[in-house]
Amino acid sequence: MSITTFVIISIIKSLAVVGVLLTAVAYSVWLERKVSAHIQNRWGPTRVGPFGLLQPLADGVKFIFKEDLTQPHVYKPLYIAAPMIAMVFAITSISVIPFGNWVEIGPWGMYLQITDLNIGLLVVLGITSMGVYGVALAGWSSNNKYSLLGGLRASAQMISYEVSLGLSLVGVVIVAGSLSLRDIVDAQRHLHWNIFLQPVAFFIYLISAYAETNRTPFDLPEAESELVAGYHTEYSAMKFAMFFMAEYANMVTVACLATLMFFGGWLGPVFGPPILQMTLPVLWFCLKVFFFMFLYVWVRWTLPRFRYDQLMAFGWKVLLPLAVANIVVTALIVAWRA
Amino acid sequence: MIPLSYYLLLSGILFICGVLGFLIKRNIITIFMSIELMLNGVNLSFVAFAAQWHALSGQVFVFFVMVVAAAEAAVGLAIIIAVYRTRETLNVDRVNLLKL
Amino acid sequence: MLHLILFLFFGTICVAGAINLLVQSHPINSALSLIVVMASLAAEYLLLGAEFVAAVQVLVYAGAIMVLFVITIMLLNAGKEERTKGSRVATLIGVPGVVLGGVLVAWTLLHRPDRLSFPVGALKGDPGDIARLLFHDFLLPFEVTSVLILIAIMGAVVLASRPEPVGRPVHTSPRPRETRELVATEKDRP
Repeated sequence: MSITTFVIISIIKSLAVVGVLLTAVAYSVWLERKVSAHIQNRWGPTRVGPFGLLQPLADGVKFIFKEDLTQPHVYKPLYIAAPMIAMVFAITSISVIPFGNWVEIGPWGMYLQITDLNIGLLVVLGITSMGVYGVALAGWSSNNKYSLLGGLRASAQMISYEVSLGLSLVGVVIVAGSLSLRDIVDAQRHLHWNIFLQPVAFFIYLISAYAETNRTPFDLPEAESELVAGYHTEYSAMKFAMFFMAEYANMVTVACLATLMFFGGWLGPVFGPPILQMTLPVLWFCLKVFFFMFLYVWVRWTLPRFRYDQLMAFGWKVLLPLAVANIVVTALIVAWRA
Repeated sequence: MIPLSYYLLLSGILFICGVLGFLIKRNIITIFMSIELMLNGVNLSFVAFAAQWHALSGQVFVFFVMVVAAAEAAVGLAIIIAVYRTRETLNVDRVNLLKL
Repeated sequence: MLHLILFLFFGTICVAGAINLLVQSHPINSALSLIVVMASLAAEYLLLGAEFVAAVQVLVYAGAIMVLFVITIMLLNAGKEERTKGSRVATLIGVPGVVLGGVLVAWTLLHRPDRLSFPVGALKGDPGDIARLLFHDFLLPFEVTSVLILIAIMGAVVLASRPEPVGRPVHTSPRPRETRELVATEKDRP
């Protein structure tokens, strides 16, 4: 493959993935509103399009036409840069996620993934960890007590839970023997899904993932009843929308990662003609990710919020020792069987 | 083909910037960041030499440097917080008395 | 050719970030430029084939250590740096000395007769190979660093925890920053 075709194919892949991701983000907002409404015995959005399906579009138009306020007391360069930082890292982290197996369209064949790295998992974790800066800088540059507190809380919470998140994935890496996401999925063939092999790691991952994405019951950084709106108090219009989209994009990435690491990624029953054999893995992948997105919404509208000291104590005193114990036990069993 | 000397030059420039920051800056946090910059410059030359001599030990050394940097950051920032709590300043020129 | 362009591109960003760290007077701007330096250094590591080191560079340096710096700056509400004289010896002898030394090193490096060079990505920093080296050949240093980091954690906790006001009068100086007040109440809540 010459370098020109390589660049063109990469650009097309990236555009397609970003397009799919942003659509998924828009419709997870719709999902959130719809599910929360049904949980509270309401209807949710119904007016715009059938079942309110065009509501995300209307929301987008609203965000674009709202007044973009910039308060005089903010520190401007960082105030403007913060939402962009959050957005960029939220979108970039999808770049090494594989969506399906090998597909062939006529003479062309490729993996459904922008790029396969042998350190894919570390890349996802690294880019996600950079996302903290968006939130922290937004809180700091707003020059507002509530924003500052929200930013401080968010950064402390995210680096605390990142530790247990990373350690919970180490068990999976030990079992699979690779850091490449594709190899990890391939190691889970024949229903050897890691949810069965590593149940403790899965629950640690799930809880830490909720804290990483600042979702209820760990949405302390934007706790409305204490901090107005936390780090994005001073933001409006598209700048606020960027934080909003970054949050949902992070949720999608974390759900994809959970699917790949614990639920066998695109693995599932594959049958029928070639066209079905190519599309079914993608369908299984999307269904599993959808399940996690639904779980996110379900949890958010069911559980109350933690208190901040409870959050920190839980992260450091419960999740972290559990994750370490899980690694030790996994390593011992793997070493014993080898 | 990139000559090894280019990498060493870049690493040297980073190290010199770190030393200059250490000498010029008055804010204790920025001084601390200059130290991190120096460590980063050294890391680059470790990795460059590892590629030059086909020895992975150069890359392993980078991990040790990173661990030391992390430990240093944790302790150093704790010291900065303790100093700020008693002196209420971050300027190193104002932290020159042994007793309050 | 492409590799050289990439090297020069990221190298320029690197140097620009390092100089910006010196020029900026607000610590948070310095911290951000240091993050830029670290991220572009990760790109340089990728050019050298050290993938694992690059990932860890982003994960540990840019994602963890620098977050600590940013949190500290936010927590202490550090303002603009005040310009004081500083040590006169440092500025008079140190700065010219460092610059002279740097020029000397650069001159030696660029004028060596045998220019060493190597193909880009010559040495694959595969995680497996690095792990073998780390856990076999360098096992003792590895364990020693783990002890080091344990001590560092304990030291940080002891240093940063607020001393108990037992047996001595309560600190009487007025607390200047409102944020400290708020953060303290957050932490001290039962």
